[in-house]
This record gives sequence, structure tokens and C-alpha cells, in this order.
Amino acid sequence: MVDFIVNFIVSNPLFYTLVKILSIVLPLLGAVAYLTYAERKVMAAMHLRQGPMMVGPFGLLQPLADGLKLFSKETILPSKSNKVVFVVAPILTFILSLLAWAVIPFDEGMVLANINVGILYLFAISSLGVYGILMAGWASNSRYAFLGGLRSAAQMVSYEVSIGFVMVTVLLTTGSLNLSDIVLAERPFWMDMLLFPMFIIFIVSILAETNRTPFDLPEGESELCGGYNVEYSSMTFALFFLGEYANMILMSCLTVVLFMGGWLPPLGIEISWLSWVPGIIWFGFKVSTILFVFIWARATLPRYRYDQLMRLGWKVFLPFSLLWVVLVAGILVGTNTLPVL
Amino acid sequence: MIEALAFYMFATILIMSALMVITARNPVYAVLFLILAFFNAAGLFILLGAEFIAMILVIVYVGAVAVLFLFVVMMLNIGQSNVKTGLVKYMPVGALVGFTLLGELIWLYTSWDISKYAVHQRLAPILAEDSEISNTHALGEILYTNNVYLFQLSGLILLVAMIGAIVLTLRSRKGVRKQTISEQVSRERSDVIEVKHVGFGKGVQ
Repeated sequence: MVDFIVNFIVSNPLFYTLVKILSIVLPLLGAVAYLTYAERKVMAAMHLRQGPMMVGPFGLLQPLADGLKLFSKETILPSKSNKVVFVVAPILTFILSLLAWAVIPFDEGMVLANINVGILYLFAISSLGVYGILMAGWASNSRYAFLGGLRSAAQMVSYEVSIGFVMVTVLLTTGSLNLSDIVLAERPFWMDMLLFPMFIIFIVSILAETNRTPFDLPEGESELCGGYNVEYSSMTFALFFLGEYANMILMSCLTVVLFMGGWLPPLGIEISWLSWVPGIIWFGFKVSTILFVFIWARATLPRYRYDQLMRLGWKVFLPFSLLWVVLVAGILVGTNTLPVL
Repeated sequence: MIEALAFYMFATILIMSALMVITARNPVYAVLFLILAFFNAAGLFILLGAEFIAMILVIVYVGAVAVLFLFVVMMLNIGQSNVKTGLVKYMPVGALVGFTLLGELIWLYTSWDISKYAVHQRLAPILAEDSEISNTHALGEILYTNNVYLFQLSGLILLVAMIGAIVLTLRSRKGVRKQTISEQVSRERSDVIEVKHVGFGKGVQ
């Protein structure tokens, strides 16, 4: 019976791809659910609270209860809203947050679509994320939502520029746009050190790109009482929520792939028992570390003011990353270590 | 089979959404359909095997240019009725321009002498079938190695355009309070706070 099913799946390429897609999407949704749990627990620990603890042992079933609650609520369509765009916006956000996962390499060869321009694909998809928010803000026909949407659009476009330059710097040292090749590219230790400032810029920029604290101005509950998603309820709200957290995990994956060596053991240690651990465990471990930084920032940092956010993006990160691109390129050419294609 | 199906899907949606761009009453809808058109064009590029151009199309046009379009259109808040006013007034001019262009195109197409080598040139593969060079690499070679001067020239033109845009919109306004971050950060406690010992019945001098 098992043989039959396996044979059927492998012999049908379309079906096989479907199974592969499901085996990425389902764990991803689970990860999103438990990321919210981890966020609440970690933040609670930092605030000296207990966090969720009533539903299930240690509150482990809390995300399921939350999901069920959102399912069972009524979807409200505001009467003055633009109905079609209003409904399309959360769907778009959610689809885009899942679409990008096709090119993420979880382990050597463990990738859905190993395309040549993987990183450009990721960049393209993540730059589309702004439309969901902008459309939601406009279609709600509410001042708060509209302001949130506009803020978010300006913020994401600004920080995409510096993310682009960080990617260019990393690509210069790897000589490939394929994510698996980027992981496998060997860099000398001093080059890793040289890329460290870019790593910091990247972390801060992905905080802004995913609209997380300290750059969560699109939500800004103290000024905009929730921002772009203020008119949303039930499943439409849940889709925004899922999309945001899936994007967080995605950006963490991207950080791991670009800077932290993906599925390889950390810091290039070659101890036999360390390389015995499967690559996907290392990958998950590294991604969790970055996600912890996300939550850590949320628990400890106050929100940026909007003009300072723009100043940081355009006047600090952009010139610095531009300079660093030239510097790294110059050093690569000077030491004759430019990767040859 | 799937490829042909995908081609017709992309092409149909592309043409329909391009039509919707110019016929939609609501300008926000027009921009959204424009984005859909860009997206399907990128899909067509992927079917052609030009994945790099497809990605760049999405990143540049959809990710940056169209966002700003949408931004401006949403901010302008044009009512749906505004679009229709003046239709009769501007119709003759628009029709004149349209028909002139159409006539020129027809004239060009019928009188254009196509070189007999052009067909072969177009059909010849740029990359050999078995070459290891990727699409992106080949584009880079053409841009940065073979035509580097033209590339630099277009960069200069863009730079001039950018400086021009900044100069045109730059104006110094009076009475605007600006923050100097370095000044704020370097502010010392002694500069702003002074402890006074106020004697009884005297007040602060």
C-alpha cells in the first residue's frame, strides 16, 4: 500500500510538486502559529510575566485556540469600503508571503525550485508585499487605515533600497544569484568580518520591511489605533496576521542564507559530530535565533518617530551601504578574490 | 502543452488588463490593472527563458514605479466623475493624435524594407544550447564588457535627470524648524539644567 502511494506520487510530476508544496506550506503555517506563541512567551519572560498558560500544558494550545476564535468570528465588510479591493488585499498579502518560500533552500538540494535568479525572485516577491497593505488602507475608506497604508508604503520602499545594496554586496562575494550557491560559496574569514556591518544593516532593514517594532509605524496603535488593518476582522484579519509572521520567518531565512551559512554548521566548525546533525536542524536553529532578535527588539525598544525612520533609511543606511558596496568590490578586485564565473 | 496554456493565460490577462487600464473609471483601479499587466508581462518573459529580465521588470516596475503611481493616485483622490468631464471637448484632439500615429505606423509597416539577414539574426540563439553560461552572466557580459561606454553614458543621462528633478523640486522654506540630530545628541545636562538654590522669601533672580 505504502509502495503504491509512493510510486503514484513519484510517477506523477504535477502531483509530486503539489506534495512538495504542501510539505513546505503546512509546516510553515505551524511555525507561524507557534511563532506567535513563542513571541508571547518570550515577551512575557522579558516583562517578568507568565504569558499564555491556561490552554493546554504551558499554554501550548493557545495558538490553536486563537485561530479557532478568529475563524468563528463574523467577517465585517464596512459599508463605505471598496468591497472587491477590501477582500483581495488580505488574500494577496497571504499568497505573497507563501509564494516566496519556493526558492528557500532548507538543506542541500532540499528546495522546491532551484532557480538561477533565486535571490532576485525573493526580492521581487517581498517588494510586492506593500500592495496588500496599500490596498487594504485605501479600500477600508478610513482615515486611520489610509494613513497606516501610506506610511507602510513609504517605509517599505525606502528600506528596500538598502536591502538591495546589502544583497549586492553579498552577491559580489559569492558570484551567483542562486540561493544554494550563495550558501555553499566559500568566503575567507576576513570577508565575513567585512560583511558584518552589512549584516547589522540587513537585520534593521528587515525589521522595517516587515513592519515590526521599533518600526511598526503602519500599525502605530497609539496614533492610528491599529493602522492599515483597523477595519479588518475575523479571517481577513487572520490572513494579514499570518502573512506578517510568515514574512518574518522568510526574512530570517534570507538572513541565514546570505550571512550565516544556511544549513552548514555555524562558524564553519568541522567537528564530526556537529556535521552529523542534519542540515535542516542547523537551518531551523539559525532561523530561530534571528526570530528571537525580532521578538527581543519588540519587547525592549520604543517605537521610532516617523521622520527619524526616514532619516535612518535614506541618510544613514543608504550612503553607508553604497560606500560598502564600492569598498567590498574594490577589495575583491584588489586582492584578486573576485569569484570567477 | 502546459507551456502553451500558460502563454495564452498570461497573454489574455495581459491584454485584458491593459485594456482595463485605459477604460477603468476609477484611477486606482487603472493603476492596479497596470500592475497586473506588468506581472503578466513578467510571466511571458519567464516563458521565453529570460528570467533575469522578468525579475527586474517585477522589481523595478511593480516594486518601485507602480507603488509611487499608486501612492500619488490615492493621494490625489480624483473622483470618478472628474474623469469623464471634458470628454467631448478633448475628443477631436485625442482622435487626431491617435489617427496620426496609426497612419504613421501603417505607413512604416508597409514601406519598411526588412533586411533579409534580419530574420536569421533574430532566430539565431544568443547562447549556444550547451553553454554553461547563465542568462544573467550573458547579459552582464554584453552590458559591462562589450558595451561599457554606452552603459556609462546612459548612467550619466540618468544622473543628470535625477539632479534636474531634485533641483526643480528643491526650495528653501523659511520658518521651518529643522532638527540637527548631532546637536541633540551632544546636548549635555549642564547646558540645559541649572540647579538654583532659592533663598527663603527671595525668589529666583
